[in-house]
Formats: sequence, C-alpha cells, structure tokens
Amino acid sequence: MAAPEQRRIIFKHIDEPGYTNDLACYQRNGGYAMLKKAVTMAPQAIIDEVKKSGLRGRGGAGFPCGVKWGLVDRRSGKPIYLVVNADESEPGTFKDRYIIHQDPHQLIEGIMITCFGNNVKLAYIYIRGEFPEGARILERAIAEARGANFCGPNILGTNYGCEIYIHRGAGAYICGEETGLIESLEGKRPYPRIKPPYFPAVLGLYQCPTIVNNVETLCHVKHILEMGGDNFAKIGTPNNTGTRILCVSGHVRKPGYYEYEVGKITMGQLLYEVCGGPLPGRKFKAVIPGGSSAKVLKFGETFTLKNKDGTTRTLTVEDIPMDFDTMAACGTMGGSGGVIVMDDSVNMVEALGNINAFYAHESCGQCTPCREGSLWMKKITHRMVHDGARSEDGVLLKSVADQIAGRTICAFGEACSWPTQSFVTKFSDEFKAYPEAKKAKPDGSLELI
Amino acid sequence: MNLKPETLRRIDEVIPHYPVKRSAVLPLLHLIQEDVGYIPPEATEWVAQKLELQPINVYEVVTFYPMFRQKPIGRRHIRVCRTLSCALMGGYKACETFEKEFDTHRGEVSPDGEVTIEFVECLASCGTAPVVMIDDALHEKVDPAKAKELSAQIKQQAGQRR
Repeated sequence: MAAPEQRRIIFKHIDEPGYTNDLACYQRNGGYAMLKKAVTMAPQAIIDEVKKSGLRGRGGAGFPCGVKWGLVDRRSGKPIYLVVNADESEPGTFKDRYIIHQDPHQLIEGIMITCFGNNVKLAYIYIRGEFPEGARILERAIAEARGANFCGPNILGTNYGCEIYIHRGAGAYICGEETGLIESLEGKRPYPRIKPPYFPAVLGLYQCPTIVNNVETLCHVKHILEMGGDNFAKIGTPNNTGTRILCVSGHVRKPGYYEYEVGKITMGQLLYEVCGGPLPGRKFKAVIPGGSSAKVLKFGETFTLKNKDGTTRTLTVEDIPMDFDTMAACGTMGGSGGVIVMDDSVNMVEALGNINAFYAHESCGQCTPCREGSLWMKKITHRMVHDGARSEDGVLLKSVADQIAGRTICAFGEACSWPTQSFVTKFSDEFKAYPEAKKAKPDGSLELI
Repeated sequence: MNLKPETLRRIDEVIPHYPVKRSAVLPLLHLIQEDVGYIPPEATEWVAQKLELQPINVYEVVTFYPMFRQKPIGRRHIRVCRTLSCALMGGYKACETFEKEFDTHRGEVSPDGEVTIEFVECLASCGTAPVVMIDDALHEKVDPAKAKELSAQIKQQAGQRR
C-alpha cells in the first residue's frame, strides 16, 4: 500500500522558500487571527475545544492535553502558570528546533491562546541550553508580539494580560521531566518531585497550579481553535488524533522530519517509501520508534494483538501504525516521535552501550536504583566492548535494568531500563555471541561507544 | 567580580522576570559565563549575594549542569554530539578528526589555547547527523572531510587574530 501524503499543519511553513521567522511574515500568513478569535471566546470554551479534539501530549507520555488542563486547581486562589517544555532532549527527537527557529510566532500564538483559556498571567518557555540561537529568536519574537499587543498587559484591547519569559536550561536531560523542569525553573538542581503530592496541576511552580506542555502540543492548540475540536478529532485515528511530527534519523536514505496524521502511516511505509529505505547494500535490523528510551523493535518479530471484536491480528514491525495505542500494544511507545533506525552493520551490544552511556550521564542521581544502576549498565556494556565480554553479560544487564524500573521517583528509571531490557531480550543471541563476534571484528568498523 | 556594564544591565533586567529571586540562578550563571568564559569561584558568592541565597545554593547548581564550567576553556568551543543517531552516522570519527587537527583530547584545551573539544550528549538535530556546535553555531553532516574543513577555518581565523 502506498504511503499517504504528508499532512502539514504544524510544519506547514517549515522550509518554505521566502518564509521568515518575523512577525510581519507570520501575519501575512494569517498569524494571530486565532488569538484574536480566542479573546472573544469564554475561556472554558477554549478548554472544551481542546478536550473535544482529543489532542495528546507530544512530548513523550501522550497524556490527553484537555484532561491535563482539566486537572488544574482553579479554586486555590493561587496564580496559575504555564511552562512550555522546549527542553527537547530525548535522543532522536528534533522537531521543536525547527518550530522555534523557523516559526516561533506559531508557538507564541499557541501559548497565548492556552494562557487565555486557562487564565494564566505568566508563562515561561524552558528552552534547552544548547539552543542559544533558538533562545535569541524567541526573545525577539516575544518582543515583536509584545510590541503588537499580542502579549504583555491588556492584549488586543482586553483587560487580560500575560507575560512570556525565556528560561534557558544548561544541558541536563532530566529537565525535560516536568517536575525536574519546575525545580530547575525555581533555580535548583532538577531533582524530580514525587507524585503525589506534587502534581504540577496542583502543586507545580512555586507550589502553584502549573500546566506543563510540549512545544508541538501548544502549536496544535492554535489549529484546534481554527478548525474546531470536533474536526481536529477527525484527523488521525480514534484516540490518536491530529497530526504529529515524525523525526527519522540513523540508517535510512532520507532522514528528516515528516508530518502525518497520527496512525495513518505505518512504520514500513515511513521507512521504505518516505525515507527511501535502507542505505545501499544494507538491511534494516532494528528501530527505536519514539525516542531512545522507547523499547526497540526488531525487524522480523511479530505482534499478535486483540481486536475489539475479540478476534486477533498479527502485525510485523512494518505493519505498526505510527500512533500511541498500537505502539503501546506492541510493547513500546510512540513517545516523542523520534524514530532511530539501525541497519545490519550495527552490533546491538555496541548500540546499547551508546544508549547506556547517555542515560548514565543524564541520571540526576536522586534515586539510588537509577543513579547506581544506570552507571552499572554503562560500565558493563563498556567493558563488553572494550575490555572483554562474557556470554552471561546480557543476563546480568537485564537483572540490573529490572531492579531500576518501577523503583524511582520519576520515569527516568523506566527510560534508562527499557533500552537494556528490550535489547537484551530481543537480541539475546547477539549478546551471548558478542565475545566471539568482537574477536572477529574488522578494524575500522563503526564506533558507537 | 568584574563584569561588563552590559552584563550587569542584563542581570538586573532578568531578575524581575521571576516572582522568586532564586529562579534567576540559571540565567545569571549563563550571563556570567558568557562574559567571563567560565564560572569563577567568586561568581558563586556574588550570585548568592545578589539573589539573597547561601553560596551552596548556587554552587550545587554550577556543579550539576553540564554546560556550566568552573575552568576557562579554549577561545573556541567545539561540541561534538556523541549520542546514538550521530554515532550511527560517524560522530566518533568526527570527534577524533577534531582531536587530531588540534592535537588535543576531548575535555581538554588544545596546547595553543585555541580550542576545547567536548564530546556532548544529544544536540537535537539527529536528522542531519553527525552534528557539531562550534561556539553557538550548529554544523550539520560533519563527516571527517567537513571536520577538517571546519578545523581549517578555525585555524585561519586564529591566524588572522594574531
């Protein structure tokens, strides 16, 4: 079956010749019309449209955005904050970079509509430290928007006002975790908070109700208002609505970003047709579908899933739609939409070694299982590659991973264990055979760790 | 602390962005590092005083976040991405090329003081791997040939300065 056409909503103007990231260009293309509409609506009506849209968060967890907004404590009398998660750090994910660099006003309009709908008077964009240029572009865009009365006091002649400030991170992955991000924004080490009681919707920034949303999610809000929640819900597949940006990297002919209706394109269509298939002379071996913490999929494995009517269906990796629910049913996740492809030139022990080094570097160190376990997983894979492997190392690795997942304050425990658990289980032969494979390895082969 | 007037102006501008002063720790450290090149020990005390904190509150932040450094670095900062997508496309080779070109090792300052090479985690441009940041600018698809080209540019710019 031929791959469907891209449906570019968020990325409509990305890489468009002549499209610039200034306010004038944005307004020539209809920019801020939805904010003008929003301020004439009742705030609750905006929240209702987002609820109807079925929009799920695009940062990784896929939590329904309208539900998140619905959980905000509006009776505490405390101010409500919006924190924009632009910390984009999940390896394999690079969508927010393009929105921020090429279409910053789309994000600002989404932020302002969200703030108006939720009675937020102060919003922070937490942008990762490695985007200095992006931070400057956003600073300029906010100044432009402020000058045109789209943010700041009394926007568009109303008595509603809201300020947006940029807050730069400083190179820590854990700041993408929403409660870690909040701690970081408070000027502390980004140690994630325990939930309960610290649900951001109730006890977030400065112990006030706080909404934390991903950049892509907030951009969608503008389009939901434009087409109406019901129409947005018709895009994509049931419970997996709208479009999403898929970021493809690694061993394909045409890596890059592609925007599709959620669940309307399969992994096979994406990799073979859209991305041009494997590199010359190579074959696909494995793919990580939703950022490096998602469990790896092995080409050749199959999944038997239950249908609603009680029958079953069997899917290959190529058959899996790029959505949230089927991905979860196949034991992995759509996550952040970062698809990392590995071909038959890759040794899975070495690929896991690379991932383990990342998570060991990024563990915040707050919870013992994660601090120690992530480091041991790194040390074991590093030793296997550089200092002699044993055939039982796979079992050892998995036992370490199994002792981390579910025993930590935040989801980093899972994020760092899932790669090891899935690599070792699905490629157990390769882990057992690594001592011999390493000896036979030609010099000059690709280094991953 | 001997900060430029522009830095001091920006520091005073950023603090009121937050209802709680402590939130300004990260922005202040960024501004100081941009000005001085690193976070000297006296900066910790200075920021603490400015934000009415204990020095430990600032120090624990400086030591946690990978981007803050407590020692000066070379005049140019080369950050090569190490993470999976870049590694799959030759990130390690790119890093080694820079190391050879400047006769130095990752994490160290080159003998002429010109560059510091760092092997960093994901820079979020995986589709154009391998990527390298030189100071604030991102360079994409950096194979060994492009790494040599970028190195030559850095050397040329250094030559012009002398």
